[in-house]
Amino acid sequence: MKTTWQRKDLLGIQDLSVDEINTVLDTAGAFKQVGERKIKKVPSLRGKTLVNLFIEPSTRTRSSFELAAKRLSADVININTTSSSLVKGETLKDTALNLQALNADIIVIRHSAAGAPHFLARLLKTSVINAGDGAHEHPTQALLDAFTIREKKGRIQGLNVTILGDILYSRVARSNIWLLTKLGAHVTLAGPSTLVPRVFEQLGCRVTYDIEEAIGNADVINLLRIQHERQRKTMFPGISEYTAMFGLNKERFARTKSDALIMHPGPINRGVEIDSEIADCSRSVILEQVTNGLAVRMGVLFLCSGGQISES
Amino acid sequence: MKPLYIKQGRVIDPANGVDEVRDVFIADGKIVAGPSRDGAEVIDAKGKLVTPGWIDLHVHLREPGRSDKESIETGTRCAARGGFTSVVCMPNTSPVADNTGTIAFIRQRTAEAGCVNVFPTGAISKELKGEELAPIGSLKRAGVVAITDDGHCIQNNELMRRAVEYAKMFSLPILDHCQDYNLVADGVMNEGYWSAVLGLHGWPAVGEDVIVARNILLAEQADWWIHCQHISSARSVELIRQAKKRGIKISAEACPHHFTLTDESVKTYDTNFKMNPPLRTERDREAILEGLADGTIECIGSDHAPHCTYEKEVEFDLAPFGIIGLETELALSLALVRSKLLTLTRLVEKFTTNPARLLSLGKGTLSIGADGDVTIIDPDREWTYDVHQSASKSRNSPFHDRSLTGKAVATIVGGKIVWREN
Repeated sequence: MKTTWQRKDLLGIQDLSVDEINTVLDTAGAFKQVGERKIKKVPSLRGKTLVNLFIEPSTRTRSSFELAAKRLSADVININTTSSSLVKGETLKDTALNLQALNADIIVIRHSAAGAPHFLARLLKTSVINAGDGAHEHPTQALLDAFTIREKKGRIQGLNVTILGDILYSRVARSNIWLLTKLGAHVTLAGPSTLVPRVFEQLGCRVTYDIEEAIGNADVINLLRIQHERQRKTMFPGISEYTAMFGLNKERFARTKSDALIMHPGPINRGVEIDSEIADCSRSVILEQVTNGLAVRMGVLFLCSGGQISES
Repeated sequence: MKPLYIKQGRVIDPANGVDEVRDVFIADGKIVAGPSRDGAEVIDAKGKLVTPGWIDLHVHLREPGRSDKESIETGTRCAARGGFTSVVCMPNTSPVADNTGTIAFIRQRTAEAGCVNVFPTGAISKELKGEELAPIGSLKRAGVVAITDDGHCIQNNELMRRAVEYAKMFSLPILDHCQDYNLVADGVMNEGYWSAVLGLHGWPAVGEDVIVARNILLAEQADWWIHCQHISSARSVELIRQAKKRGIKISAEACPHHFTLTDESVKTYDTNFKMNPPLRTERDREAILEGLADGTIECIGSDHAPHCTYEKEVEFDLAPFGIIGLETELALSLALVRSKLLTLTRLVEKFTTNPARLLSLGKGTLSIGADGDVTIIDPDREWTYDVHQSASKSRNSPFHDRSLTGKAVATIVGGKIVWREN
């Protein structure tokens, strides 16, 4: 395996080449095996310090990065909105410079403002990993989604992938669109017209408001949560109407391809965007996404620290 | 003060239909027929343009209240370097210029520390809250040349209607920052392809267009002037073009950044590209240029909006809107002449006769007896803008390090040279 990774930062998928994406996925594959061993720890990042700087609440992504770093033997500190001095009026710039002054090697940042990781990356010598910035990108989520699809389907090229729900406010959607289209999948976006504006066609995907059609021919259905916290209140009539018009219920599920994968970045809202039983069915890979997320994040941390998987 | 003898420049004086090489004389602060009296200071203007002093009808000098960002002293020095002899300052100071005391303060500080003419505007509504009218008649008496809630926009159409009707009584034009709050909400950049890519909240063009349309209807009903500030969208240009054909008292200005840059510039999340209204698409930019070319947009203003570096060095969502512009405006506007969009005369009008007429400034011409305000320009001077050398207290320019052509080499206010570069 040849490594093409030269970056210190992972800010988004948009700028990555196909080679770089495949390098991360292949590296993650190696680390996935580590997670299945009895001793789940490797010394790759021993002596390195990773800071989880989470300026927006998150449990799963933060835990996943924390565990990934620990399995690579890095020292980890977590800074959450509540515990940080940002609430005391310190700017993000000053917080980041302080972390750099502590000789942190990697900063993993989650922020409600799009572009915050890019701002840090320009400012710091430290590696910056984007763990989700506003409605912009969530690169490790897209990488773990791709890893999961590749694992289950054996390929991404040529697959029909439908992303359903709140696209406008979704960083997961954007990162997935870039990644899947780069790797040759056909991406369809569906959901309420207010949350799935036509302008997304210019990102290389198809937009439809006919949910039956959107899911009928899909090899992969990726359901997104309605992002109440990022949304203006005028976007759609309400949750129950959303469920009625766009929720993946049993009736709609019955019309999907018999081998269509059901994915969701979590946290899921049972009975809203996805029927509870469908979330637990055999075609649902929601929990495998979580497992793979760990492997992908180990891979990303490893690569951004200059690591290379030796040829084998 | 010595008389001035500005020798053999290409004089462009649109008010008098002049575009020819000739001399200009100033004595006792006024343009005189000459030849000048003995002891005149000679300025060799060969190869230069000699125009009436340029007027920027849209600047924020931040005094009183935020003199860490800018002051009347530094803001007017910035204007002088940029070739401006007069600036019209916005009332969103602290306290707001919604009272005669603040206007008196601005005039006093200008007399003490300003190096160019400063024409204050007053607020339309108390504290710019859009709820009750400010004392518009008293503000007029205190010396304002227009009223505006710039930075804010009156959402209550009934209040705006009354403001226009009431201001007409005092012959005060209304300058309006056109922004529908509900449509714009928390938008930070143009809504379109780039906001979709960058995941930033969109500020849709229709949020401007709706208010421009409202203003057209209210100006028509009151038969009085509403001037739409910093127009940024293609549809707004078209609405104003049609309204003017119907003879409505509506006018508009454009900013150099809106006719020079597009929303693609935001892609690095550099907050020096964050302003309100936002940079828009190439189509909008072209429409602004057409509006400038056909006279729909009769003025150009910088919307010079200084902010401290620490305020701008934050997340894009959190940064204040606005950029400084007084020092780059002239060069960016001269580019419109080089691209054959405008003749020199048409361009000079947009900075002299047109704003002077709109605001009744009694300026903007080199007629005998007029105030001795003159801008001398080297149209071919090539230079690079270094914001760190700016006269402004702030550094928030998207044009730092940009190669520019054309520069003011002398700025003369009331017969006094306030900026000179050889």
